[in-house]
Amino acid sequence: MLKSSIAKKVAMSLSAFFLMFFLLQHLAINLTSVFSADTFNELSHFMGTNALVQYVLQPVLLFGVVFHFIMGFVLEIRNKSARDVRYVKNNGSANSTWMSRNMIWSGLVILAFMFLHFVDFWIPEINTKFIQGDWSGVIAGEEGYRYFTELQHKFVSPIRVGVYCLAFVFLALHLLHGFNSAFQSVGANNKYTKGLKKFGVAYAILVPLGFIIIALFHHFNH
Amino acid sequence: MKLILKVWRQKNSSDKGRIETYPMENVSEHMSFLEMMDVLNEQLISQGTDPIAFDHDCREGICGMCSMYINGEAHGPDRGITTCQLHMRKFNDGDTIYVEPFRAKGFPVIKDLTVDRSAFDRIQHAGGFISVNTSGNTQDANAIPIPKDDADKAFDAATCIGCGACVASCKNASAMLFVSAKVSQFSLLPQGKVEAKRRVLNMVEQMDKEGFGNCTNTGACEVECPKGISLENIARMNREYLKASVASE
Repeated sequence: MLKSSIAKKVAMSLSAFFLMFFLLQHLAINLTSVFSADTFNELSHFMGTNALVQYVLQPVLLFGVVFHFIMGFVLEIRNKSARDVRYVKNNGSANSTWMSRNMIWSGLVILAFMFLHFVDFWIPEINTKFIQGDWSGVIAGEEGYRYFTELQHKFVSPIRVGVYCLAFVFLALHLLHGFNSAFQSVGANNKYTKGLKKFGVAYAILVPLGFIIIALFHHFNH
Repeated sequence: MKLILKVWRQKNSSDKGRIETYPMENVSEHMSFLEMMDVLNEQLISQGTDPIAFDHDCREGICGMCSMYINGEAHGPDRGITTCQLHMRKFNDGDTIYVEPFRAKGFPVIKDLTVDRSAFDRIQHAGGFISVNTSGNTQDANAIPIPKDDADKAFDAATCIGCGACVASCKNASAMLFVSAKVSQFSLLPQGKVEAKRRVLNMVEQMDKEGFGNCTNTGACEVECPKGISLENIARMNREYLKASVASE
């Protein structure tokens, strides 16, 4: 079924819906770190040790992420090849937004950021739990769970915080087109579209902004 | 008006092609763009040069024959018109104007600014029709009640003249606005519902075969379309396609 152009579009948008839902959940849990270290620790420990999250949702998420960017490349290659000779003069800004024309570039920045993010958080977690076999969530000799402390340590470096903030700006640019594009691709264009577009803009700005606030908060409060 | 025209010249489909520069003087602002091209061709002929080949027919903005990518936009900088309805008053004295053919793998250049848009015909042949028994006892179409809203939307979709500006403007050279207009025009009406599933599957399959790209919803096609065909049609085609893919007729 994924052979046809529309099937590819629909698959791309379904993975986008899944990732946009994941972003909300990720933001909700991370936001607790701003208000309460204990709540953040409890939630992180639950997410980090719950079998359903670790063995079902985590692989699904990984698949969703990998699928979304591989499909992004597949579509980009096909789309580039659909115009073998380029225009000498092209005025793209006359009829479309920068965001809509540069999804591949904002996407690539987000992908590059994901490598950093995985090295920072995900690989150490996998190492601790699955290689060293330590599912306790505590560091020997220290009080309470380790998650909040680890989070704070990551945001000490101003360079890392800067990179994170920049990546979230690109995430916002990606979502400014992506949110509503996903609805259009599954055929949802009706009387609610006008309202949904406004909601999409709010989502695309507020979610990355939330992550930026979290990064800056921990940078200035460690 | 004085103008500098930078026009794509290409002898034939196998020629590599290049931009040639033609200075023009005494261009009237009342001329249409095609009239200005006619004057330029007269000059070229008098100089013993091969005139520039470009498509045109009715010159009334309804046939969809004229094309041209002018200063980076299909049918030029004006909205809701084809190239023949673009007037030189839209430009300023001393302007440099780039004129290129509509570019897409599915629209190979034949010569200069003339491209082969028969891919659109093949997509239409794949399903852009309804099968009606014409034996003499055909029901009068006006006897079938159709909600006004559906009739209006079908008519709006049917105003597509198949010029290919959507393909030319799309960064992916996608033909989805054209195909979706043709799919919508029929799928909204009772006469078209009979073959709706077969139609959308076959037309999309042909569109893919012709080498057009995927729609990424930039909306450039809708902005540049001389007939204002809406992106709603692409969403409708996506729905029709999904419906047709999961349930047989």
